[in-house]
Amino acid sequence: MYDGGKIIAGIIIGLLLLTFPIWYGLGRAAPKPDVKVPVKEKECVEPKAYMKNYHMQLLDLWRDSTVRVAKRSFIAFNGKKYEMSLQKTCMSADCHARKTEFCDQCHNYTGVVPYCWDCHIPPKEEPKRKPEEKH
Amino acid sequence: MAVNRRKFLKIGGASILAFGAKPAADALGISPTEWLDEKLGGFTIPETLLHLFRKPAGSVAGEALTAKRWAMVVNVRALDEEIAEACKEACHRVHNVPEIDNPKHEIKWIWQEEYEHVFPGQQHEHVDEALKKLPFLVMCNHCFNPPCCRVCPTKATFKRKKDGIVLMDMHRCIGCRFCMAACPFGARSFNWIIPWPRAGAEEERRFKGKEPPTPDYPTRAKGVVEKCNFCAERLAKGQIPACVEVSQELCKKKGREPALVFGDLEDPDSEVRQLLRLHYTIRRKPELGSHPNVYYIV
Ligand code: SF4
Ligand code: SF4
Repeated sequence: MYDGGKIIAGIIIGLLLLTFPIWYGLGRAAPKPDVKVPVKEKECVEPKAYMKNYHMQLLDLWRDSTVRVAKRSFIAFNGKKYEMSLQKTCMSADCHARKTEFCDQCHNYTGVVPYCWDCHIPPKEEPKRKPEEKH
Repeated sequence: MAVNRRKFLKIGGASILAFGAKPAADALGISPTEWLDEKLGGFTIPETLLHLFRKPAGSVAGEALTAKRWAMVVNVRALDEEIAEACKEACHRVHNVPEIDNPKHEIKWIWQEEYEHVFPGQQHEHVDEALKKLPFLVMCNHCFNPPCCRVCPTKATFKRKKDGIVLMDMHRCIGCRFCMAACPFGARSFNWIIPWPRAGAEEERRFKGKEPPTPDYPTRAKGVVEKCNFCAERLAKGQIPACVEVSQELCKKKGREPALVFGDLEDPDSEVRQLLRLHYTIRRKPELGSHPNVYYIV
């Protein structure tokens, strides 16, 4: 075999490069999402399991209903009535007041980037204090 | 492949149904798509199914302002620079319309325009100088027969069946700008740049620099078209449009007739209909047949 050494070295280097993402990430799994649910409000507009799986369909229904047919309120599973608004209802002060501690947790973990926030305004969160700024 | 008897009958039956549908629909005076549109009330079929299976959604009766056909009367004689500016400021504040200096990127929902641009067909060399100086307020006319909606390939812009408001669904707009080409009034603006830039870092996504004036109304993304929405979101809460409200307050203070009046064109007792009876009014480019719902007292 001509240039056997070079070929084998090449194959090894190639394999190393190909598998780079695997061994580079070994033992460094991204932190599990740490979702903080609202303290004040105990129930969402649908049961938790439904929201977990289908919140995107629900939000789609909300947006089409509000924008296209001008029906703006929603009767929740527990009979309560809500305004169908991402900014004013979902992200209100009593509910998911911190997008970074709710939406972003799973979305960042799974790499899902919905374009809601290209237009909708996320609630204001005071920036996390860095340890050195104690004064 | 030979067509056997069974298949021939099937095709024949289907064809009769298909060709029979047209005369039947013609007899009813409504096209099947129109009929379906009416039945679905703005929803497409999968959305309707979703709607049927999920919890009922509705607006509270008595809470919203409703009409068969919303219209506005602009009394230009009662307007002045200050009122016109206040209207623009109010509208742009409640809808998070950005102020962009570059005229190429500018976003406008309501603005002042010169007589000869508002009524080009009425322009002649001896038009009264005073008239030329009046601040004509222009916005989307919420046309009865809106060309913008006919050309939209995604139905992102649509005329709301129940009250005639021409709306934008920003979620569907693909930024093709057909509607801008179709609108004869230049009522639409395109977002060439991100109107309210956010900080780059994904996890932060905070607004950078100037913040949008109201947290209650969404902003827009780069690449969508926007325009006046006759304050549909305010009507839903029982409030009149922001520009109308502000102008009426100012006119009252100055002891004038209201400069902007909003109401139901189909209701013979409404304020707009009374004004239309009292005054001679004109509309923009009526010869185009789009039937604007904004009337001007000049
Ligand atoms: S004024 Fe222009 S944008 Fe408004 S409804 Fe008429 S055609 Fe459409
Ligand atoms: S009706 Fe509402 S959206 Fe339209 S110009 Fe007036 S304030 Fe702006």
